[in-house]
Amino acid sequence: MDFGFTIAAYAVAAVLFILSLGGLSGQESAKRAVWYGIAGMAIAVVATMVGPGQGLWLASIVLIALGAAVGYQLATKVQMTQMPELVAIMHSLVGLAAVFVGFNADIMINTVAGIYEANSLVFGAVGPDGYTAIGLPKEISDGLSSFGQLIAKKSNVEINILKVELVLGIWIGAVTFTGSVIAYGKLAGKVDTSAKQLPGGHMLNAAAALGSLLLAAMYLGDSGSWTLVLLTLLALFIGYHLIMGIGGADMPVVVSMLNSYSGWAAAAIGFSLGNDLLIVVGALVGSSGAILSYIMCKAMNRSFISVILGGFGGTSGPQMAVEGEQVAIDAEGVAVALNEAESIIIIPGYGMAVAQAQQSVSELVRKLRAKGKTVRFAIHPVAGRLPGHMNVLLAEAKVPYDIVLEMDEINDDFPDTDVAIVIGSNDIVNPAAQEDPNSPIAGMPVLECWKAKQVFVSKRGQGTGYSGIENPLFFKENTRMFYGDAKASLDNLLPKID
Amino acid sequence: MKIGTPKEVFETEARVAMTPDSAWQLQKLGYDCVIEAGAGARAGFTDAAYKEAGVEVVKTAAALWKAAEIVAKVRPPSDAEIKRLTKGKLLISFFYPGQNEKLMEAANKKGAHVIAMDMVPRISRAQKMDALSSMANIAGYRAVIEAGNNFGRFFTGQVTAAGKVPPAKVLVVGAGVAGLAAIGTSTSLGAITYAFDVRPEVAEQIESMGAEFVFLEFEESELQDGAATGGYAAPSSPEFQAKQLEKFRELAPDIDIVITTALIPGRPAPKLWTKDMVEMMKPGSVVVDLAAERGGNCDLTVMDEKIVSDNGVTIIGYTDFPSRMAAQSSTLYSTNIRHMMTDLTPEKDGKVVHNMEDDVIRGATATFEGEITFPPPPPKVAAIAAQKPKEKSKELTPEEVRAQEVTAFKAQTKQQVTLLAIGAALVLSVGLVAPASFMQHFIVFVLSVFIGFQVIWNVAHSLHTPLMAVTNAISSIIILGALIQIGSSSVLITILAAAGVFMASVNIFGGFLVTRRMLAMFQKS
Repeated sequence: MDFGFTIAAYAVAAVLFILSLGGLSGQESAKRAVWYGIAGMAIAVVATMVGPGQGLWLASIVLIALGAAVGYQLATKVQMTQMPELVAIMHSLVGLAAVFVGFNADIMINTVAGIYEANSLVFGAVGPDGYTAIGLPKEISDGLSSFGQLIAKKSNVEINILKVELVLGIWIGAVTFTGSVIAYGKLAGKVDTSAKQLPGGHMLNAAAALGSLLLAAMYLGDSGSWTLVLLTLLALFIGYHLIMGIGGADMPVVVSMLNSYSGWAAAAIGFSLGNDLLIVVGALVGSSGAILSYIMCKAMNRSFISVILGGFGGTSGPQMAVEGEQVAIDAEGVAVALNEAESIIIIPGYGMAVAQAQQSVSELVRKLRAKGKTVRFAIHPVAGRLPGHMNVLLAEAKVPYDIVLEMDEINDDFPDTDVAIVIGSNDIVNPAAQEDPNSPIAGMPVLECWKAKQVFVSKRGQGTGYSGIENPLFFKENTRMFYGDAKASLDNLLPKID
Repeated sequence: MKIGTPKEVFETEARVAMTPDSAWQLQKLGYDCVIEAGAGARAGFTDAAYKEAGVEVVKTAAALWKAAEIVAKVRPPSDAEIKRLTKGKLLISFFYPGQNEKLMEAANKKGAHVIAMDMVPRISRAQKMDALSSMANIAGYRAVIEAGNNFGRFFTGQVTAAGKVPPAKVLVVGAGVAGLAAIGTSTSLGAITYAFDVRPEVAEQIESMGAEFVFLEFEESELQDGAATGGYAAPSSPEFQAKQLEKFRELAPDIDIVITTALIPGRPAPKLWTKDMVEMMKPGSVVVDLAAERGGNCDLTVMDEKIVSDNGVTIIGYTDFPSRMAAQSSTLYSTNIRHMMTDLTPEKDGKVVHNMEDDVIRGATATFEGEITFPPPPPKVAAIAAQKPKEKSKELTPEEVRAQEVTAFKAQTKQQVTLLAIGAALVLSVGLVAPASFMQHFIVFVLSVFIGFQVIWNVAHSLHTPLMAVTNAISSIIILGALIQIGSSSVLITILAAAGVFMASVNIFGGFLVTRRMLAMFQKS
């Protein structure tokens, strides 16, 4: 089949992908949207395989089948609490694939240049009209693969653009690869989650970036493929060092940022291969990741730059001293308050994911709702380690999604709420963000749970949150601390709710 | 050491400072407990119950005072009781050292230590031993119940077959602990409740209890910040008082029940409900004066008595509201005592460590080691955070709202146009240098980014994780690049491309499957 058919199929696939992303605007339409995505992907792959110049059919199908088997295993085995890790590690695959494809393009350029030389022709020379390349004689050109033919037809300017694109593709892909691996390590607890940097800190990153730029320039100046290899190594280092320097709580931003990078890498590769579908999808993914990062940063009232540079910003003065004491309460006391309460808001955080307490939370909600109480969830945009992490966990535990609300939807309801239960969150319910202008998290939007009549905080111990800031919420008069592992405490509490 | 509680000698006092429950807790602190026979009888605690809790019951007060090294009681000691104090004995009770100087000197002469439960400073840490608050809470509740007892109608409004019943209107003056408790009780009985306080910052508390704050138009600078006085009210200016009385006069004819709780520390109760207001009230109305002990907020109040005015308004001036609910008040008071003992016994070994460095203990101690330690120095920590200056949020006029909308719209337009101009300039400048074949792809790229931005903004917040999984799956579209290259004649290219195909397909299947798994979990209730 000819080229026109492939392009048409790509157009269909592109529309399907756009519909697929657009369909995620609601829970119900999302179920349909995934099928659009799957259909789009199937069409794209099949069209490419039947398209011009495709060889090694069998090998491709076998490889895809193998990949499918591994992917199936990963997707079905993974615990919902491990979602962030899975997403991160999968990004690394896209990054690595982009690097490989980019290198292939470079090898192909060299091969084509070799053929030109062997036939004593000039690679990239232009014809009489000034921009169309002369190209190879037909009999030699037919001997090349479709990709080779594509490159062979390029003029000098086009070759240079192609090189810029593939340098970009490889560089972003390599950063994505190591970055995602480190992010995976941090999320899975295999790498220390605190922000760590080699001596030199950001200067090292800047130097590596500068070096990459230099090498890219050399590569464009025909210094040979070794510059590309070196550039890749530098990019790998940047990816590693950049993410190592970002602390665990900023992971939502990092993961969506890496998501965005993998998209841009695909788009850059799409340019170098002259493949519009790659460009379209890469751009879609890239912008989606960028928007998610933006939303996350806004939720933490921090600029994207400061997240990437790691750590919380410096304080401008002494923090407000916290007065009072943390008053503990036992399951009995919580149960009494819950049995009496009319309206309850639950605020889950990363601690719930760590303790795997979502099933117990769900059970608690089921019991309370059966008694006719209003139970709702308040989700802070940066709760957890992945955008929307809490929603997925709660959905897994069969909490109906229409009682799971966003911060803006529910923040005004706290004053009318009898009981707010904070399960494993800390910074996102810290009143210091509003009350103490010197607090490192000042200005960050937080869930105003302390306005509820009573607040219970389920927490392992008296430690501070990720940001290391004392939380005045714990010292408020209407706050009671429900110490212990979240799951154990809730299981303790459940039989006492009648 | 031994903690003992005698029977209260004050005639109408029914409370007791130790309950079987609190005795149990005290024993956990390492103390032995003794109680005078019959001490808990009027509060509903039998001697048998005490014995069961491991308390030694002694026959007479004399024996008890002799046996116990620490004596916990409710009322300030009588002269006879003071005589029973010996050197080194610790007495914990309400003492009112400000008013009872003679008593304090007498106790000091005996060499006894006195902790006055009414002097516990008002800081968060000491709330658990704040007996004034726990008693005031009961008084507030009881005041409403007493009022109801003397009020011939329902609190709540009803429409019945036998006719319509209007709801009672209750005014609570002074929204301290007692006032708030009264508000809570009265609203839950169904009455329309109004409340007034000179401290404007309590308006929020009043409203949270379901009452309406009686708002007084007044210059802000004149209003008090309760934080400066430890959360208590301070005397107000004559102008303010005049305004306040005027407001009450306006309300009086409509109000069925008035509960006054206004007290200023160390002063007689302010007169807030004057004779003429009582005269304006409807017959059958009730005034409950919780400030009766300090002269009363109402002109006609007679301490410890219930009187009926000429126009048929009942005025209740009882001072023993907590004692009228002895079982409840004893439980709370004994818990306050127990918390005090916990702070006095840091090692839980039954030994009192009278730490005069501790703000709470220092504040409550009236006499210690032969010295009168009243009044205490101000506590090191401020009781309540100073009130922040209120931000002025004026009601905006429709014109102002409109103007704001217009400026916001203009700013938005400006921003959008700027962004568009910058974007267009960038694209154009790329177009100047790049060849046409590149620009074809570039247009596709720019449009896709644009579509991406438009589409992603609409994605539901809760679906961000599925979104990431989907975008992750479709970003493995990179497989196309690998598929195109895999047929190459170069072995190296083929191997790299094969690896690319494999990894990308892991991603495709993994990503879509996991997304489906996640979405299947989202259920509507």
